[in-house]
Amino acid sequence: MRHATVHLRDPDGAGSRPAVDDVSLDLPAGQVLAVLGPSGSGKSTLLRAVAGLERLHAGTVRYDGQDLSAVPTHRRGFALMFQDGQLFPHLSVAGNVGYPLRLRRRPAAEVSGRVEELLALVGLPDFGARSTDGLSGGERQRVALARALAVDPRLLLLDEPLSALDRSLRERLAADLRDILVRARTTAVLVTHDQDEAFTVADRMALLRGGRLVQSGTVDEVWRAPADAEAARFLGYATVLDGAAARRLLGSREGGDRWQLALRRSALRVSRTGSVPGLVRSARATPGAVRLTVEVSGVGLVHAVADPGERVTEVGSEVRLQLDPSRTARLQAPRPPGARLGSNP
Amino acid sequence: MSRRSRSGLAVVALAALPLLVLGVFFVLPVAGMVGRGFFPAGAFDPVGVLEVLGRDRTRRVLWFTLWSSAAATAATVLLGVPVTFVLHRLRFPGRRLVRAFVVLPFVLPTVVVGVAFRTLLAPSGPLGALGLDGTPVAIIAAMVFFNLAVVVRTVGSLWEGLDRRREDAAAALGASPVQVLRTVTLPALLPAVVSAASVVFLFCAASFGVVLTLGGLRYATIETEIYLLTTQFLDLRAASALSVLQLVVVSGLLYVAQRTRYGRGEAVDRAAARSQGRAATWRDTPVLVLTGGVLALVAAPLATLVVRSLRVGGDWSLRSYRDLADAGVGPGATVQVPVTEALANSWRVAVDATALAVLLGVLVSLVVARRPGGRLERRGVALLDALFMLPLGVSAVTLGFGFLVTLDRPPLDLRSSALLVPVAQALVALPLVVRTLAPVLRSLDPRQGQAAASLGASPLRVLLTVELPALWRPLLAAAGFAFAVSLGEFGATAFLARPERPTLPVLIYSLVSRPGEHGFDTAIAASVLLALVTVSVMAVVERLRSPSMGA
Repeated sequence: MRHATVHLRDPDGAGSRPAVDDVSLDLPAGQVLAVLGPSGSGKSTLLRAVAGLERLHAGTVRYDGQDLSAVPTHRRGFALMFQDGQLFPHLSVAGNVGYPLRLRRRPAAEVSGRVEELLALVGLPDFGARSTDGLSGGERQRVALARALAVDPRLLLLDEPLSALDRSLRERLAADLRDILVRARTTAVLVTHDQDEAFTVADRMALLRGGRLVQSGTVDEVWRAPADAEAARFLGYATVLDGAAARRLLGSREGGDRWQLALRRSALRVSRTGSVPGLVRSARATPGAVRLTVEVSGVGLVHAVADPGERVTEVGSEVRLQLDPSRTARLQAPRPPGARLGSNP
Repeated sequence: MSRRSRSGLAVVALAALPLLVLGVFFVLPVAGMVGRGFFPAGAFDPVGVLEVLGRDRTRRVLWFTLWSSAAATAATVLLGVPVTFVLHRLRFPGRRLVRAFVVLPFVLPTVVVGVAFRTLLAPSGPLGALGLDGTPVAIIAAMVFFNLAVVVRTVGSLWEGLDRRREDAAAALGASPVQVLRTVTLPALLPAVVSAASVVFLFCAASFGVVLTLGGLRYATIETEIYLLTTQFLDLRAASALSVLQLVVVSGLLYVAQRTRYGRGEAVDRAAARSQGRAATWRDTPVLVLTGGVLALVAAPLATLVVRSLRVGGDWSLRSYRDLADAGVGPGATVQVPVTEALANSWRVAVDATALAVLLGVLVSLVVARRPGGRLERRGVALLDALFMLPLGVSAVTLGFGFLVTLDRPPLDLRSSALLVPVAQALVALPLVVRTLAPVLRSLDPRQGQAAASLGASPLRVLLTVELPALWRPLLAAAGFAFAVSLGEFGATAFLARPERPTLPVLIYSLVSRPGEHGFDTAIAASVLLALVTVSVMAVVERLRSPSMGA
């Protein structure tokens, strides 16, 4: 089994803070790793270091056991795809896709055949002769992806590949991207700040914050057990409750204050048989559900949802809430005592 | 009255004065000069023009103009692009200073550059052993020296703005550094390189002061030949024929340059953040060495000029500088005016020329920077834009010559007017002023003015409170440019300045073209003085230039 391993450690913290500090990542072949982090978390620097575009102060980038630190970017056999595609404006679509093939002096017939194949793969057949100027954002990213896949890179590096697109296109393209990467059996590292993108595209996930690795594992593992409250919020959990408040919601007596409960926006649902009483503070109808904020005594304000048919959604009315445990996550690594994290509606 | 026709009227009103000036002081002289060639005795007679064009000497002059300009352009680009890389993509201490130094020659008056190269290459000079004095190599070297700044500025601003990630993407796809340069970077830079090369070629083909001081009678370009035919041989007909030829060649070149600028320039995406460049590595050694060599070549003529100005008859002395205030320099001198007085003349002329150029430039810029509504108006604005760029395409010598042959009888007998020289210089500087101001005006977001209007500002108030505050720095910079151009202007002034009131460049030329060591000593000191004044003006301009503007 081939492994791509990144181990970075930046010791010269004298004065300037390193962008990436002591990060180890390990990726089995054929899988997609999403490096998720807010802007400024060092995720792009990490990706550039893997590509060989950023000098390592310490640490190694290994592929299949081989240390790549001394290998220049163009000999690593990787490919890099940027947020805005970075298509070459002086080349046509086919010229862009065939670029890495022509660098390797493949015969013209092979290049044109492969270009056609790749354009079909990304869903843009017959686009070859077009200029890159007239392409939409989504088309540009598809062309950039075809170009990156052209020579079967050992490792594909994706730097926020969908962030520049609008939301509906992003969702559609994320699914396509997953599909294309699986079909091409590509090992890939995806860097993004968008957790939905990471969930859709990746098998594994690494959470980066302030240049440090917070957590890594399969998408499912990370999703089920975020490392801490901040990680949970970043992953899309709306509220993090500390032990006492969480116990109240769960109705359990589990001991100790040293754990927290992260709730999704839809973790609490209005139900006649619910066990938690509360007072509606605000209500907003959205397609599919009514979103509420409810005050629960001893807990504070929490998010909840109600079916559009429910009549209890006026501000001030009393409701009963039912907790859906599959929409919660238990955090096992609490902050040191004293740093109380309350509810956060 | 509809809004549309009112805005049309506003254009006409703004354009009226510049159009009048351009008509009287540009179209009329140039047309008169062309007319002299084709209508020698009042009737159309192209035979004379053809006869001049068929002369052996004319063909030699044309050939020399073309090949020396082509060689100088090629050398400038080949040296300039690596230097641009070092100055705009690598990070090293003192980079700002080196950048300013490389651009320095461009602002020097051409006559000063000519004198500096003669000092350097003269048999007694530091590089005298090379035997280059009076050869085409000397002329080409001076052209390269002069125009390096054009390439570094034009290509550098684009190169700095290129998104590094495009090159990164290519490298990650397997392109070696050389392949990245060949397949990604150079194609992206091509529009700027072509644009810079065409401008350099234009400057070389029209260079006057440098060729006149270095080439003497032996090597002449069309430009110097027109001057010699007029002033030495009084063959006005042949001179007009050459002017027509030059007009055609230069207009064609300008058209090509303009096409390359607008054809591809727009498609270049600018990176949101300019890259700060990377640290140099051992792999950059060849370009670093080359850049060092080029810097030495730039420094050599200037250093020689300064050192030589301090030496008289083999000893260190300030006598050349003391002589600047003396009239009648040297034995048998016909120059009756001391250098200091010529400098004062230059200064006064430059003040007048600058005022006129800025006044006209502002009016023209306001017109050509408009976002026209209708098709007719758009056409009109485009036409005006091209019209006011024309002085750039017509050589200064042709312009000065045209003044001489047309403005000599009532009601426009201006030969003795003190305004003649400032007007000619203002026209030479006008395109530069427009080029500085119009892009700034165009880049003003119209929504700022609309926001002000929606808050209750009248059009005049919008102009005063929104547009002018954004404009005053470029305005000062444009004034500085015009002033520096006027101080160094030689082509038109050589025709028009009266002998008893020469400007400094004219005086320097008459000092160097006269035999005698003493006059040359004074010319060198005067050149240093003129260079210092010009560079000081440009240094102020450089501080005022808003960083958003190109070269």
